[in-house]
Amino acid sequence: MKKRTITLIVNGETFELTVVPNELLLNVLRDRLHLTGTKYGCGVGECGSCTVLLNGKATLACMTLVVSVDGKEITTVEGLGRYDALHPLQQAFLDHSAVQCGFCTPGVLVTAKALLDENPHPSEEEIRQYLRGNLCRCTGYTSIVRAIEAVSKEAGF
Amino acid sequence: MLSDTKILPGEFEYFQPQTLTDALALLAQWGSRAKVLAGGTDLIVKMKRLLVEPECLVSVQDLPELHGIRQEQLDGQPADEVAGGASLRRGGFETRPPDSAWQHALVIGAATPLSLVEKDPLVRLHYSALYEALRSMAAIAARNMGSIGGNLANASPAADTAPPLIVLDAVLRLASARGGRTAPVETFFRGPGFSLLDVDELIVEILLPPPRPQEGSAFLKLGRVSCDISKINAAAWFQREGGLCLDCRIAFGSVAPMPLRTPALENLLVGAEIGERLLHQVSSQAGAAIFPIDDVRSSSQYRRQVAPVLLEEALRTAWIRTGGVL
Ligand SMILES: Cc1cc2nc3c(=O)[nH]c(=O)nc-3n(C[C@H](O)[C@H](O)[C@H](O)COP(=O)(O)OP(=O)(O)OC[C@H]3O[C@@H](n4cnc5c(N)ncnc54)[C@H](O)[C@@H]3O)c2cc1C
Ligand code: FES
Ligand code: FES
Repeated sequence: MKKRTITLIVNGETFELTVVPNELLLNVLRDRLHLTGTKYGCGVGECGSCTVLLNGKATLACMTLVVSVDGKEITTVEGLGRYDALHPLQQAFLDHSAVQCGFCTPGVLVTAKALLDENPHPSEEEIRQYLRGNLCRCTGYTSIVRAIEAVSKEAGF
Repeated sequence: MLSDTKILPGEFEYFQPQTLTDALALLAQWGSRAKVLAGGTDLIVKMKRLLVEPECLVSVQDLPELHGIRQEQLDGQPADEVAGGASLRRGGFETRPPDSAWQHALVIGAATPLSLVEKDPLVRLHYSALYEALRSMAAIAARNMGSIGGNLANASPAADTAPPLIVLDAVLRLASARGGRTAPVETFFRGPGFSLLDVDELIVEILLPPPRPQEGSAFLKLGRVSCDISKINAAAWFQREGGLCLDCRIAFGSVAPMPLRTPALENLLVGAEIGERLLHQVSSQAGAAIFPIDDVRSSSQYRRQVAPVLLEEALRTAWIRTGGVL
């Protein structure tokens, strides 16, 4: 396999990486850039725990060849906020106990960000539809929906 | 299923050509050792599971001809000045839909993501069955990645866009280094995973006929959960004149080795006065018009039992959308 050098802009930071064609974006993020927020759940598109934003659009990193995203912008959960300045969604998830084990949370947060960027005031039904590919085995979803609704009602959103 | 889905075990070369001509040359050169990569939502899963082991992937993500939605006059001039359509003709691939009555078409680039097709206002307004199929598919991330052409080329009997495109009379423009051709979606499928695409051939565009007066269509599906692959799906299209059915098309998915049009059912409706009773009567024969099997998603028996229910609802909705009453 031919190696090639690609550029990734991850959470605003530019990385030059030498990669081979069968490397997946998820494994590059986790194993080479040590951004372990993005999770490996099913590996086949069914759970949403590997969701990242690719040029602003929700994308499954477990099925994305890293060579195919050369030059593109990727946002992972680490890029939403910082420990001392959480993103409103992150704060709302804490406030509404929308996190239990937390495994699905990075994917849910990133998908919720894509939703609010597209549609700042979604209905409950719209939230549930948009998140239908993000499986959570703990919360029962109600608290997740509440948290997203709370953010969408905040001023400035 | 026993493979490790964390990694892609196979080794392959990767190409991301910038022009259609280069892409077709690569496909001609690598032949059956190559696979076209669009969104990868079918292909990467199959590669992880070692169901296909290509030596080379040719990405279509940078080919302008395969991206976007535009209206095109069929007298040779694209309705909008879009380079894609024009360069396809310059390449000597001039191809027209078989039905010369088409004055213009809505042209969808094959690699356009499902989510973008769903958002197109003309798709939503005039091609209800396709819009409903797109909305029912996968969840947002897979719809951002997966393409409409990939859904067809993958040739799954369950492909949700197939029955709507069949009843809407859509036509595909295909291209290879040897030239171009067109094929109605209805004739495209050959069996599970098989279509009439040659190994060196691409689906370039999907053409939808211009909206017709007093037409209406609908799509319905049953899955295990809302974003699931269909256990069974159905699409119906009517054209109405007064209370009469001028023309009708019906197609099912997941009920045969390939998406299936059912002329036997259509013939019971064409020319007839449409009413509740007739729709019920025709729908009740759906079980006998399909060839379902038992598989991981459902049983043959279940599919035969729900086909009439699904069809009746699709027919009713499509008829009401023509402006007809029941
Ligand atoms: C979680 C999940 C949910 C899904 N839900 C649904 C669903 O509800 N309904 C449904 O129908 N499908 C569903 N799918 C399947 C899949 O997402 C769709 O079939 C999608 O449209 C495939 O498009 P793609 O661009 O990802 O194709 P790819 O995976 O890139 O390609 C699929 C096949 O088509 C070939 N190909 C792609 N583009 C072209 C082209 N332009 N010309 C020639 N050959 C081409 C490839 O070589 C490959 O063999 C789902 C998949 C996942 C992972
Ligand atoms: S790990 Fe990507 S969708 Fe489950
Ligand atoms: S919090 Fe445990 S899976 Fe969602």
